[in-house]
Amino acid sequence: MNIPLNPSPRYSGMAMALHWLLGLMIVGAFAVGLYMADLPMSPTRLKLFNWHKWAGITILTLSVLRLLWRFTHRPPADLPAPAWQNLAAHGTHWALYALFFLVPLAGWAYSSAAGFQVVWFGVLPLPDFVGKDKALADILKERHELLAWALAALVLLHIAAALKHHFIDRDGLLNRMRPGRD
Amino acid sequence: MNTVIRSVAWASLALAAPLAQADQKVLPAQSEIAFVSRQMGVPVEGKFKKWDAQLAFDPKKPEAGKVSFSIETGSASFGSAETDAEVPKAEWFNVAKFPKASFQSSAMKGLGGGKFEVTGQLNIKGAVRSVVIPVAITQAGANTTASGQFTIKRLDFKIGEGDWTDTSMVANDVVVKFKLTLSGVAPL
Repeated sequence: MNIPLNPSPRYSGMAMALHWLLGLMIVGAFAVGLYMADLPMSPTRLKLFNWHKWAGITILTLSVLRLLWRFTHRPPADLPAPAWQNLAAHGTHWALYALFFLVPLAGWAYSSAAGFQVVWFGVLPLPDFVGKDKALADILKERHELLAWALAALVLLHIAAALKHHFIDRDGLLNRMRPGRD
Repeated sequence: MNTVIRSVAWASLALAAPLAQADQKVLPAQSEIAFVSRQMGVPVEGKFKKWDAQLAFDPKKPEAGKVSFSIETGSASFGSAETDAEVPKAEWFNVAKFPKASFQSSAMKGLGGGKFEVTGQLNIKGAVRSVVIPVAITQAGANTTASGQFTIKRLDFKIGEGDWTDTSMVANDVVVKFKLTLSGVAPL
């Protein structure tokens, strides 16, 4: 793929918007997911489960846009750092991208297998890619949770690395993703 | 005296005649009574696993027909353990106090083309409401299939009390769907 070189040391406005919006949504969806899982049946539980699913589908959709944007817009060049660090950073980024898709997809499939169709914002019914199947639902629930924890771990690693670069190495890394300052 | 006895005898025979089709049966194993409720827009289907029906129905004389159902509320199942555990609770079917729901027809009429309309009283959780149920009848071999659906308001029957009365969470409309396999029904 022939992507024009990006002379800017910063990410594009769209990349920043998607980064921060999705970051907030993913942290929010994870926290709600963690909290709701063991709630006894109540309107609150039902509400949180549906909000969680709507958030998950929104994350999935925005991640598609984000990936398309990433493929068509070159990110800023790597800051000078040991090769292994740049390699680890890129590896983490692609693993994060993979999980942006895998976590919601596993959750969607889990919901379908459990017999609850996902209806986006209570309005748009989404197709069930798997039928109602209790045994499959149990497996998918476990996968969804496992993948979500993997995503949480990578997000923490990503944040820790960014903070380390910015505040310990003092290489101004965060400025690349900080909106509104040129 | 003799005449009186004889007329009584004739009268009872005449009365008994519409019920003479005592061999009519609803075959529960090949039948289904299901319901669909909507939770935040998500259709969730459940079934009653245990119920019983009495039927006297001649498609040629639907006006004389009668049907009644007795449904074990505790047999309602959504096929997921956590939802099924809710069903017997006081807010929902209150199975301890109201173990049975029932339907008793009061009138039947033929609409032609295998379509019928059954009016009757639906009794759930101590509340009685009149319902009109459209029924389509098809026949294959010895068996007759009666199917249809109608909508009830769950709050009319206090199904979902307390916090659950919120219809933005669980819609008030509940669609009841049935497909009954009947034996011994005369041809259409």
